[in-house]
Amino acid sequence: MGHLTQGERELALLTGALLLALGMLMMVMAWGDPLSVHGAMFGFSGAAVMAVTLRGMFAPAPDENRFASYYDAPSKAGIVIAMIWGVFAMFIGDWVAWLLVFPEMTFDAGWASFGRLRPVHTTGVIFGFGGNALIATSFHVVQRTCRTRLPDQFSPWFVLLGYNLFCLIAVSGYMLGVTQSKEYAEPEWYADIWLVIVWVAYFLLYMRTLARRNEPHIYVANWYFLAFILVVAILHIVNGLAVPVSAFSAKSYSAFSGVQDAMTQWWYGHNAVAFFLTAGFLGMMYYYLPMQAGRPIYSYRTSIVSFWGITFFYMWAGSHHLHYTALPFWVQTLGMSFSIMLLIPSWASAANALLTLNGAWDKVRTDATLRFMALAAIFYGLSTFEGSFMAIRPVNALSHYTDWTVGHVHAGALGWVALIVFGAFYAATPKLWKCERMYSPGLIEVHFWLALSGTLIYVFAMWNSGIIQGLMWRTYNDGGTLAYSFMDSVNAMYPYYIARAFGGLLFLLGAVVGLYNIVMTIRTAADTLSEAEDRPLGPILEPAE
Amino acid sequence: MSVGERDPHSGYMTTGHEWNGIKELNTPVPRPVWLFLIASFLISVMMWVLLPAWPLGSTFTRGALGYNERAALDERVAVAASARASWMTPLETMSYEEARADSDLLMRVKQTGQTLFGDNCAACHGVEAKGGPGYPNLVDTAWLWGGDIDAISETLRVGINTEHPDTQYAQMPSLGRDGALDKKSILRVISYVQSLSNPAIAEEAPARVAEGNALFAENCSSCHGEDAKGIQELGAPNLADKAWIYGGDRASLYQTIQYGRNGHMPAWEGRLSEAERRLLAIYLLDLAESQPQ
Repeated sequence: MGHLTQGERELALLTGALLLALGMLMMVMAWGDPLSVHGAMFGFSGAAVMAVTLRGMFAPAPDENRFASYYDAPSKAGIVIAMIWGVFAMFIGDWVAWLLVFPEMTFDAGWASFGRLRPVHTTGVIFGFGGNALIATSFHVVQRTCRTRLPDQFSPWFVLLGYNLFCLIAVSGYMLGVTQSKEYAEPEWYADIWLVIVWVAYFLLYMRTLARRNEPHIYVANWYFLAFILVVAILHIVNGLAVPVSAFSAKSYSAFSGVQDAMTQWWYGHNAVAFFLTAGFLGMMYYYLPMQAGRPIYSYRTSIVSFWGITFFYMWAGSHHLHYTALPFWVQTLGMSFSIMLLIPSWASAANALLTLNGAWDKVRTDATLRFMALAAIFYGLSTFEGSFMAIRPVNALSHYTDWTVGHVHAGALGWVALIVFGAFYAATPKLWKCERMYSPGLIEVHFWLALSGTLIYVFAMWNSGIIQGLMWRTYNDGGTLAYSFMDSVNAMYPYYIARAFGGLLFLLGAVVGLYNIVMTIRTAADTLSEAEDRPLGPILEPAE
Repeated sequence: MSVGERDPHSGYMTTGHEWNGIKELNTPVPRPVWLFLIASFLISVMMWVLLPAWPLGSTFTRGALGYNERAALDERVAVAASARASWMTPLETMSYEEARADSDLLMRVKQTGQTLFGDNCAACHGVEAKGGPGYPNLVDTAWLWGGDIDAISETLRVGINTEHPDTQYAQMPSLGRDGALDKKSILRVISYVQSLSNPAIAEEAPARVAEGNALFAENCSSCHGEDAKGIQELGAPNLADKAWIYGGDRASLYQTIQYGRNGHMPAWEGRLSEAERRLLAIYLLDLAESQPQ
C-alpha cells in the first residue's frame, strides 16, 4: 500500500467497495444459482481489497522521487502467480491425462468428470499461467524498452489482480458446471464482462506507458505485446456476445447460431492462438532472448515483415478448424490458402530469433536459461509448420478430430509457450529481485531436461496415436465396410495415453522444480545489485525521425 | 538520424537504436523469405482460381475446376454403396442356413458385423455381446422376441418400447407396489421361480415352492406361460432357464416383482439398412454357435 498515492488508495477503496456491493447483490438476487457463488467471490475480493487498503490508508505517502525508478512490484507478483497457476493447471492436465488411462477415476463426482476438468486445465495453463506471464513480463519489458516508469501505481494492480479474479471465476465455474461451451472461451457472460473491464484497463495502461517513453522508437517487443492486448480484446468481445437468461442467472445464449456460431468461435479460437499464444510470447522472446544472448536482433527488417505478415494472415486462417463441415467450401479454401502463406512470416520470426543467437551459441550450450529460449524458437518453427500443414484439407481429413491435434497444440503450448516463459522468468527473476543469478543454475538444467523430455514424449505419443486413430477410422475391408469400430480405435490408444500422461508428469515435475528455484531465489535474494544500471532516463530524447 | 555501428561478429550495421542494451542489425530480409512468400502467394492464387474461394455478395467465385464438394461426396458414397451392394443386397432375402453355407459371404458378415455391432450395439450389450445387468446376453440361447433371423432383424428394426409405429411393447408390471402381491407372496413366487432352474430349492422348501407355484399360476402365467417358459410373441422371458436380464438372485427378483421392469431397445430403422440388420442377426447367431457350451 505504501506504493500507492493517497488518490490511488481512495480509488482502490472505491473499487473494493463497488466490487463488494456488486458481489453481495449478485449473491442475494441469484440465490440458488451458481451465479450467487461467484457473487460471493466478487464480494469477498472487494472486501479483501478494502481491508488491505484500509490497513495501509495512513501509511506514509510514496516517495516523490518514485519516477526515477521502475515499478516492478506487479511484475514480481505476476511471476509468482503465473508459476503457481502453471503448477496447478499442469497438475490438472496430467490428472485428465491419467483419467483417459483410468476413466473410472472420477469418484462419481460431477466436478471430477473429464468434461469439467479439461477446461480447468486449458484455462489454467493458457490464461492462468500464460496470461499472468504475459502481464508480468509486458510490464517489465515496456518499462525497460521505453525507459519510463508505469504511469501510476493503481492500474497495474487492478489489471493483475482483476485478471486473476477472472481466472478464478472461470475455473471454479467449470467445476460447478457453468460454461458457455465455447472452447477457450468457456466463461459465462458476467465473467466475460469483467474481463473486458480489466482488459481495457490493461490496454490503456500500456498505451499510457508507451506515450511516456523516453526512447524515440518503439521496440518490436512492444508491437507484439500491443497487438496481443488489442486483438484479444476484439476477439473476446465479439465471440462473447451473448444474451443472459436473466440478470441474475449464470446461463446465457450466444448471439450467434449454427455455422455462424462455429465460424465466430473458430475465428476467435484460432486468433487466440495467434495473438494470445503467439504474438504475446513473441514479444517476450524479442526482449529476453537478445538480452540473455547479449547479441543484437539479427534483422530489424525481418521483424517488420514477420510482424505484419503474422498479424495480417492469421486473421483469415480460423476457418481451417472447420474443414469438411457445414461451413461453405469457399470459406475453407480461403482459410487453407492463408494458413499456407502464414507459414513464411512465422518461420521468418523463428529464424530471426535463431540467427540472433549467431555469435552466442557457446552460451546456448552452457546457459540453460538461454537454451530454454532457443529451444522455444525451434518448437515455434516446428509447430507453425505443422499447423500450416494440418490446415491443408486432405491432411486435415486425416488429422481432424484425432490426437494429432492434441499433439500439435502441445508442441506449441509446451515446446513454445511454456519454454519461452520459463526462459524469460529465469532471465527476469534475478534482475527483478536484484541478485546476481538464480538460486540454483543446476536446477535450471534439471528443469530444462525434464521439460524437453516431457514435451518429446508427449508429442511423439500423440503423433502416433493421432495418426493411428485417423488411419483406423478410414480403413475399409475388402467388402467395402469399415474395418474397425470406434471402440477398436479407443483400445488402440491405450499405450499412447500412458506415455502421454508420463510425459506430462515429467513436464509438471519440471515446473515444480522451476517454482522452487524461483521461490528460493526470492528468499535468498539480498539486493546485491545496485539499481544504478537499471533506471529510467530523465528527459525525452529526440523524437523519431 | 541515428547512426548505426558495425557489429563485429556478423559484419552488419546496426540500425543505430538501442533499447535497454538491445540493438538491432539492419540485415536485409533473407532472400528465401521473399521467395517463399511469393511462392506461397502464387500457390494461394492458384487455389483461388481453381476452387471456390472469394465471396461476391450473395454468391462466391466458383473456381475454374467447377468442383462441388457435396456432389463429389455424394458420388463417392454412391460408388461405395454399389460396390457393397453386390454382396449385401442378397442378405435381404437370404436365410441363415444359406448364409452359413457361403463361406466367403460368412467371412464378410463376420468382418462387417464386428464393426457394426461395435459402433451400434456394444455400448449396451458389450463388445462380446454378452450383455450386462439390464441388457440381455445375445449369444446365449434365450431370446425375448424370438431368435431366428427374421425375428432378430425385426426387433432391430422397430426396437422395444420405442416411438416406432410398429414397436414391440412389453412391460413387467409392478405387482408389489400396485398391490397385487404382498411381500410374503412375492417371496413365495421368488422361491418357485428360482426352483425352476435350481431343483435343489424345491427339495429344501417344498411347501413354499408349492405356494409360489399357485400364486404364479394366478398372477404371472398369462404372460410367462403355464410352464413359466415365457411367450416370445409377448416379449415375456423364459423364467425356467438360467438366463437373467435383471439378475436371478432373490434381491434382484424382489426388485423386479415389486417395482416391475420396462426395458428399452432403440429402433434402428433409418440408421441401419434392412441388409445391415439381417447381417447383424446372422453375425449374432453365428457368434452364439461358436460359444463354448
